[in-house]
Amino acid sequence: MYPRPFEYVAPTSVSDAVRELGNSDFAKIMSGGMSLIPMMKLRLLSPELVVDIGRIAGLDQITDDGDTVTIGALVRHDDTAKSELVPAALRTAAGWTGDRQVRGRGTTCGAVAHADISADQPSAVLALGGTMIVQGPDGTREIAADDFFVDVLTSALEPNEILTGIRISKNGGGSAYEKLGRRGGHTDYAVAGASAHVSMSDGHISAARVALTGVGTKPSLAHGVMEALVGSDGSEASVAEAAQRATEGVTVLEDLYGSVDYKSHLATVMVKRAVLGAIANS
Amino acid sequence: MSTTTSVLGGVVRRREDPALIQGTGLYTDDLKLNGMLHAAFVRSPYAHARITSIDSSEAEAMEGVHALYTIDDVSHLGPLVAQVAVGKARPLLADGTVNHAGEAVAMVIATDRYTAQDAADSVFVEYDVLEPVVDLKTAATDDVLVHDDLESNTLISWVGGPFGDEEAIAQTRQTIQDAKDRDDTVTVSIEMKNQKLIPSAIEPRSVVADWNGGYQRFEVHSSTQIPHALAGAIAKTFGIASNSVRAVAPEVGGGFGAKLNVYNDEILVCFASQQLGRPVKFTEQRREAAVSTIQGRGWVGTATVTGTKDGEILGYELEALCDMGAYSQNFTVAIPFLGLFVASGQYKFPCYVKLDCLTTHTMTTDAYRGAGRPEAAYYLERIIDAFAREVGVDPAEVRMKNFIPAENFPSAVSPIGFAMDTGDYHTNLQALLDEVGYEDLKAERDAARAEGRLVGLGLSSYVEVCGFGPSGLVDLGFSWSAYGLPAAFNGSGLVRVNPDATATVIIGTGPSGQGHQTTWAQIVGDQLGIPVDRIRVHHGDTNDSPMGIGTFGSRSAAVDGAATHNAAVEVRAKAAKIAAHLLEASEEDIRFENGAAHVAGSPDKSVDWAEIATAAYQPHRLAEGMTGGLEAHAVFSPANATWPFGSHLALVEVDRDSGDVTILRYVAMDDCGNVINPMIVDGQVHGGIAQGVGQAMFEDAIYDQNGNLQTAAMMDYPLPTAGDLPTFELHRTVTPSDINPLGVKGIGEAGTIGSAQTVVNAVVDALAPLGVKHVDMPLRPKTVWQAMQDAQG
Repeated sequence: MYPRPFEYVAPTSVSDAVRELGNSDFAKIMSGGMSLIPMMKLRLLSPELVVDIGRIAGLDQITDDGDTVTIGALVRHDDTAKSELVPAALRTAAGWTGDRQVRGRGTTCGAVAHADISADQPSAVLALGGTMIVQGPDGTREIAADDFFVDVLTSALEPNEILTGIRISKNGGGSAYEKLGRRGGHTDYAVAGASAHVSMSDGHISAARVALTGVGTKPSLAHGVMEALVGSDGSEASVAEAAQRATEGVTVLEDLYGSVDYKSHLATVMVKRAVLGAIANS
Repeated sequence: MSTTTSVLGGVVRRREDPALIQGTGLYTDDLKLNGMLHAAFVRSPYAHARITSIDSSEAEAMEGVHALYTIDDVSHLGPLVAQVAVGKARPLLADGTVNHAGEAVAMVIATDRYTAQDAADSVFVEYDVLEPVVDLKTAATDDVLVHDDLESNTLISWVGGPFGDEEAIAQTRQTIQDAKDRDDTVTVSIEMKNQKLIPSAIEPRSVVADWNGGYQRFEVHSSTQIPHALAGAIAKTFGIASNSVRAVAPEVGGGFGAKLNVYNDEILVCFASQQLGRPVKFTEQRREAAVSTIQGRGWVGTATVTGTKDGEILGYELEALCDMGAYSQNFTVAIPFLGLFVASGQYKFPCYVKLDCLTTHTMTTDAYRGAGRPEAAYYLERIIDAFAREVGVDPAEVRMKNFIPAENFPSAVSPIGFAMDTGDYHTNLQALLDEVGYEDLKAERDAARAEGRLVGLGLSSYVEVCGFGPSGLVDLGFSWSAYGLPAAFNGSGLVRVNPDATATVIIGTGPSGQGHQTTWAQIVGDQLGIPVDRIRVHHGDTNDSPMGIGTFGSRSAAVDGAATHNAAVEVRAKAAKIAAHLLEASEEDIRFENGAAHVAGSPDKSVDWAEIATAAYQPHRLAEGMTGGLEAHAVFSPANATWPFGSHLALVEVDRDSGDVTILRYVAMDDCGNVINPMIVDGQVHGGIAQGVGQAMFEDAIYDQNGNLQTAAMMDYPLPTAGDLPTFELHRTVTPSDINPLGVKGIGEAGTIGSAQTVVNAVVDALAPLGVKHVDMPLRPKTVWQAMQDAQG
């Protein structure tokens, strides 16, 4: 419970923060600290420098950009969960993240940047086709959610880059998130979960994006399901059939909360529920 | 909730809560002494290995490191003291070989806890890894011995019933065999696991030791349930007088039996303080606590019931392997013995039980809330349910048919051979069935089933043995003499009335969250008529607390509470004498009412408590021959343990697709005898059920085949939270105990003892239409789903 020694800075601008990141061989950004601090206390991670971005003004806003909404780097889970601007899948995922204390401190961008497969919000951002707004020493760049999640706890962020916001399309279709937590229901990390974003046109699914939580090594799209859904009538039977392809191309790993068989099965259950929920919300 | 300042049986808000909620209570880790140093431990990553070398040069060279100790420095203090010396005693630090992952190999003392941990991490220990024995069935073969110098991994077997009479046991086995051989009987047998648990008190253990060289005495603060025993153990270990150790248990944030041990770290910080002449603190880290504090449960066993097709049970057998872990600490092998005590539950049928206590290369097990009794109740009540299902008789009816009848009480003798104080099991179960509208509830379940929902009802009765206990337990080998306390399990209380009409109560037991400051004020207020808010209760400091053992085994109210009651009765009697003298009346005519003593028939003739107590401390005003002061101290040793009981019911629904279990209703009908404070009793039942549900659904101390604990971090050891639990519906029947003056029995563990199997019975009932007959705990969604898959082939 006692971290190794580390340096701490709390810059007040993004550019200062980026400069600080460049000053160390091993720096970590802290926003809410809800994943970073436990990892440091358990000595699983021992950065030389912690760059606390909590004092940078202007990052704690959810901004309505018209067709899109941008969630700033310091927006807490709780604020995301309660915002009418945020699509249902991400709102639900934020509301089911951690416990009340965690939701009051942890940030949506932090959870996404951490890229934990068991966390709720990455799959929602992926299903919603979000865009990551990133600032580094060479200025700002954008990364599509599809390209953001690289591997176990690894994103496309460079060590000296900061995820300053996530931009999500506000309009069109409906979305939903479903999960089964480790203690059952919606509590705790997800054993498996799914986010879906579906657009209907003339009684058929015209577009669908479905992403998985808890299954595999990184938040990933269920391409097989998406392919099967587009053009279908969105009936329970057709969705159930499409959901059978939930883990196509995904390496499902056993853990304390599920065998490969169980987690694969549970992924289909969650995908079906999320897609039906998204259709209902569309 | 209506509150009252009245006494026994009234809801009085917990007087300790403002301090606990506002953070003004002092926990051990809050204590900061001048010059205090911090300890950290180097722990073994292996379950079984020979230590070939320890290189501590880097650690010892670090700035801020004051000392590093290994077994060579402390071997003269001997192994850790234990009450029941069966099995291998724990060396204070690993002695050549490590025998469980997490065993302490070396202790570092440094200026702060960060440096201490950095230094501990830089100690390089070389190990020669040996084959570990992790699994109970493997241990039972003795193919690999856990300890070379023990003849067998089986440390002891507890056999009944009745306990201790081999001839009668043989007769019992024959009777059961005869029943099995009959054509008209049904035998149901299931192997079940009662998994190991990590007690997980919200406050980890913490200890601060301060050796005063001038006075040649230790002052030790510890998050312990047993300060007197801790002082005794330290005195004994260091060969000093027992009154040369002051042990204090300040606020204790949960114990659940896990703080009912004296731990090696408590002894070791004393040693370091004495060596260095500075106070030394050790506070467990959360993940460390999982391997440095005892674990609970850990049985694998087969339960068998034989009975007639109309539900009369003719015999019950339980053969189980019980995991004791690597070393025997305080009561380790006695925990299954407590299970044996209640192995036949509330029932009258012949009962044969054999509990093999096995050592393995895992952390020591010892008392965890219920301690042997939840395990025993689990096997018995699960198999009775399975039998009821097999013969097609309602599980409530099967229980009713086989209960010991109320007319056998008091002192009904159980088939295991123990006399139980009081009981009325039929009335209690009937009250539960009436409360829930059992027939309607079954109809509801059946209607839900007809819709294709997986809804189930589960029932369990239980009997507990607690309130230890009779001084005569010493003769059975159960005492605290290994900790230097010849007193068995007596309780004590001291009551003093002060000249300002307040009362000070000092007790030999102390709370770890149970609300003693409130309950004891009620016990004393009841006798003296002094308002509860004018009574202060002190505990947990061996400098001034009367000799007592502590809070565990649901014993405090029944033993120390009874002692305190007796002391209050004595004080009242003396006060009556003083009042009679002051009022020039006869002692027999004195009546206490509204904080004053009156003369019967002349209500205007009265003296209040302030006048009585003032006179008591001005002895010249007292009657000739009466000594001054207004206080009394009493010791109470009950004639028996107490035997609370009850019946619980759960209604659950299983999600067919995910295996997720939802508890729709949970109803408890407990009987703990007389109730002192219903709110505190409800709180105890709440926590107890939560921990039972935790075992049923979530918790599991999982070791891999190498003996590594995979669930040491909270994120891998899911504890139930309020959001995971339904609103408990709590009810009571009241069958007072006849062995203490308060008629109380104890309620600390009842909820835990009654609940795990209630939930499992309900889930198995929900899955019964699919052909599922048993599911081992914890009922995580994956496990329930797998059971459905397996049943459907």
